[in-house]
Amino acid sequence: MKVLVTVAEVGTVEDDFEIDGAAIDERYLEYDLNEWDDYAVEEAVQLEEEGLADEVVTVTIGPERSEETIRMALAKGADRAIRVWDSSFEGLLDVAAKTEILRAVVAEEEPDLILGGVQTGDAMFGATGVSLAAAIDYPWAAVVNDLEFDGETASVHRELEGGVEELTDVETPAVLTIQTGINEPRYASLRGIRQAQSKEIAVQTLADLGLDGLDSDLRLTEMYEPEVESDATVFEGNAEDTAVQLAGVLREKGVGAQ
Amino acid sequence: MTGVLAIAEHRRGELRDVSYELIGAGRELADDLDEELHVAVISGQVEEFARSLSKEGVDVVHTVPDGAEFNHDVYTQVTEQLADELDPSVVLMPNSVNGLDYGPAVAARLGRPLVTDVVDASFEDGFVATREMYGSKVETTVEVDAERVAVMIRGGEWPGATGNGDTEVREFEADIDESAVRTTVTGFEEVGGGDVDISDAEVLVSVGRGIGEEENIELIEELAEALDATLSSSRPIVDNEWLPKNRQVGQSGKTVTPEVYIAIGISGAVQHVAGMKGSETIVAINTDPNAPIFDIADYGIVDDLFDVVPALIDEFEG
Repeated sequence: MKVLVTVAEVGTVEDDFEIDGAAIDERYLEYDLNEWDDYAVEEAVQLEEEGLADEVVTVTIGPERSEETIRMALAKGADRAIRVWDSSFEGLLDVAAKTEILRAVVAEEEPDLILGGVQTGDAMFGATGVSLAAAIDYPWAAVVNDLEFDGETASVHRELEGGVEELTDVETPAVLTIQTGINEPRYASLRGIRQAQSKEIAVQTLADLGLDGLDSDLRLTEMYEPEVESDATVFEGNAEDTAVQLAGVLREKGVGAQ
Repeated sequence: MTGVLAIAEHRRGELRDVSYELIGAGRELADDLDEELHVAVISGQVEEFARSLSKEGVDVVHTVPDGAEFNHDVYTQVTEQLADELDPSVVLMPNSVNGLDYGPAVAARLGRPLVTDVVDASFEDGFVATREMYGSKVETTVEVDAERVAVMIRGGEWPGATGNGDTEVREFEADIDESAVRTTVTGFEEVGGGDVDISDAEVLVSVGRGIGEEENIELIEELAEALDATLSSSRPIVDNEWLPKNRQVGQSGKTVTPEVYIAIGISGAVQHVAGMKGSETIVAINTDPNAPIFDIADYGIVDDLFDVVPALIDEFEG
């Protein structure tokens, strides 16, 4: 059985930052493996360790810079990687465009199970996995926080709101979007990092995938910091001063009174 | 003409709040378009649901009785068929866990561009949405170059419809392809039971990602003890298994309304805030003055929790 994991590289923003046009100024961005995808990679690697999967392949839509992130997924146990990039990509790639790219990759790889994070930490769209499933006509489940797989049926828990989980059986091949907390993602070992250096990252362009060009119907036209609506009383001074002031307020509210 | 088709959400026999918010948002968009707002309710006690959904501003409620509970294959097929028949400018769905399980499939099947997690929207010259990015650090404007869109709205951003309306109820006969129903819901499970119910606590000391390491949780436990308070947390702490699930405040955990809620090292992501914004008094301790938690806090300290918390413990124990 082959597992395909969608792995995104995401930008994370420092506390203080500037906006340049409709984007975060590059100087304030760091790039990292998307938190949700980290759990998806771990879930796939565990399936391989349990003998249920023979191969774990990652796919990333990203520029050359993202290879550092891809190596991280390889160091954690993925066997090989595909990176799709094209000089024609600019601005926002919307859900439909990402779906088209991944559909072409799936046609080539024919995976039995596709795992991806519920969402990315930067754009927070949360839609690509289910959109892909509909496009390739695979069964699916979104927001999965528990997975048991017997080789044919995936028995999953879907994490609903308010501390309720839905128990669902999904036929495979299937697409599952993975929620944080489903497992404990491992740190890459030194040995894993060394091995990752010799694992394959196949770079593909749109033409390689047999795609012409991709139009995105969505345009990101503005980015701004939300107006702060805080009317909080902020205590000033060093930690001792602020602690005294806060303690005063808390005692007024009856906190700590025996 | 149908301007907006909104899909209601229910679970285990009850309509969820977002259903009424979908009507609020849907009416605004239908007004922009000068067209009708239709609402559909799929599976379960649809007649009863339709009565509740007959709010002012809703032109038609479509009832689709197939199925008992949410099943994404049924929802996807029905929504696709309704959209084919009504041809609305906007298919409006909730950005809930179940919404995420069928909305993107509907958009893909209909070939419509999709905008998710929308917090504000208008449809004049074209569809324009406001969304957050980077964990709510920024807001963005997204414009869509299409006349037909699929949109998923975040809960709690629009006021829920209230006044009862004179709404027409129509049963929609969907043609469900059973062979394309490939998921089976086998049950539900309540999680987060156990030794303590944080929703009963009068004072909660809540710890978030800012705590950094598991061993530092002890410091917050000490504070909770000194304040005679109950310990709770945000999601990352539970994901890391540093505290059990029954301590989690937020959308996927517990909703709490204590007299005093002290958020320590919690940035205040929307999913967390949803679970504690009803607290009487909110105190935030965080190093980042721009953290969204300060938007809803009554009292704040912008400083390192590792300096403030020990000083606060001294105040109450000294």
